[in-house]
Amino acid sequence: MTTPPELFTLLLWLFGFLAVATLIGEGLARRISPDGTHPTIENLNARIRSWWNMVILIGLALLAGRTGIVVLAAICSFAALREFLTLTTKNRGDHWALVVAFFVVLPIQYVLIWLEWYGLYSIFIPVYGFLFLPIIAAFRGHSENFLHRISETQWALMVCVFCLSHLPALISLEIEGYEGRQIMLVAFLIVVVQMSDVLQYVWGKLLGRHKIAPSLSPSKTWEGFIGGILSSSLIGASLAWMTPFSALEAAALSLVITMMGFCGGLVMSAIKRDRGVKDWGHLIEGHGGFLDRLDSVIFAAPIFYHLVRFFY
Amino acid sequence: MFGEGTAARGAAASIAGRFLAGFAKFVTAPRIEWRGVAPTARQRIYFANHSSNGDAVLIWASLPGAARRRARPVAAGDYWLTSKLRTFIGRDVFRAILIERRPDERTEDPLELIGEALTKGDSLILFPEGRRNDTEERLLPFKSGIYHLGQAHPGVELVPVWVANLNHVMPRGEVVPIPLICTVVFGAPIEAREGEEKDAFLERAREALLALAPEREGA
Repeated sequence: MTTPPELFTLLLWLFGFLAVATLIGEGLARRISPDGTHPTIENLNARIRSWWNMVILIGLALLAGRTGIVVLAAICSFAALREFLTLTTKNRGDHWALVVAFFVVLPIQYVLIWLEWYGLYSIFIPVYGFLFLPIIAAFRGHSENFLHRISETQWALMVCVFCLSHLPALISLEIEGYEGRQIMLVAFLIVVVQMSDVLQYVWGKLLGRHKIAPSLSPSKTWEGFIGGILSSSLIGASLAWMTPFSALEAAALSLVITMMGFCGGLVMSAIKRDRGVKDWGHLIEGHGGFLDRLDSVIFAAPIFYHLVRFFY
Repeated sequence: MFGEGTAARGAAASIAGRFLAGFAKFVTAPRIEWRGVAPTARQRIYFANHSSNGDAVLIWASLPGAARRRARPVAAGDYWLTSKLRTFIGRDVFRAILIERRPDERTEDPLELIGEALTKGDSLILFPEGRRNDTEERLLPFKSGIYHLGQAHPGVELVPVWVANLNHVMPRGEVVPIPLICTVVFGAPIEAREGEEKDAFLERAREALLALAPEREGA
């Protein structure tokens, strides 16, 4: 697959956008936090620095094509699964089930994605993982909290591996007149959903008054939600040139995936709240863990995949 | 070519050390928190809870380069000298001070061996519980070795180190680790006070270590 020219245009736009964000961040730091102690400003600039790294890394993977995106998604799944399983209920009896989850299920799922074997990758974890991991756990003979343990492990695999693997799976979609450019669907999904996260944060910080779910997440407000979702859907519409969609269709799809992304953030917040942690991890400066950044993409990817598969 | 003390063996040990530290970090993505002390290469006795075979490796990997080169784990000779590979890792890679745990097999006094290393300026990684804790208790009572070392070497900082979650990564008897995030917390040093009673000191050291434990497991 040759690199579609749209990718270079998109990357130029993103670098421009980040350059503007960096200038604004530095300007705010000079004005409000000259001694580097204002927590919101420092966190904002840490986030922007991490964004540079993420955009460069994702850009390189997109340039490398199908294999690049599959490998990057597999690495992200690994890091996400490591974060998720750190917080789940488990005991000694789960050791081999978890070894298999990490070192057998995860690699097989991504090999299936790479092979574009739709019939198997779409049921491998929901059917085979679902049946065989509890069998392995049962053979180890510990019954305490058994249902909790196997359900939480299955949930971890569904979220961190199955759902996320629908991102590279987009490349295997066959769309008439769009051959060789499917990788731009991956870029479209990532950009729109992440842009929505960023814009929800920005609108929330600027105008946020009314909290949506104070018992789950203190930072989610109606103002941030509506502003973020509408403005990122506009951005989605303006990116129609790199998709097989019309501007109106791109806007509608953007609306669906940003809503899913928002709900994903809410669900994952509920889990974090229950387990008594603020972030899933610590490896992405300013953002927390991989799952803190990926939660919206994880919930949006399978829905986007199915909508595109069905309608195009 | 790889005989004891040769340059080739030294180079192999250095490469193996980097590899093991990298592997430990890859599996556990450790959150390393220097809560009560700066990550400098000062001479210290790092004393930690012991819940997994990997404890010493993870603490060792969490130390920055200069401090890591100085630090030597105190470990069981009857475990580390049982095969050529283990001997290489124990002796050459970690430069562990290997202690015979069975008193009747001893030819040297363990405290003397450890004391010699401190006199030479080495730092130590020490597990004062004396054995791996497989119980429900968070921390077993301390053996007295750390008291005698503290009294004999008053200039050396005693730094408590809590390792959380590693027992889930590799429970006893398992050989394949599962990747889970671990936390390593370095607390504020305690000092050995002149003339302090043994039991009082051991209790104080144990409290200092327990204070670093997270409220819930797995976090």
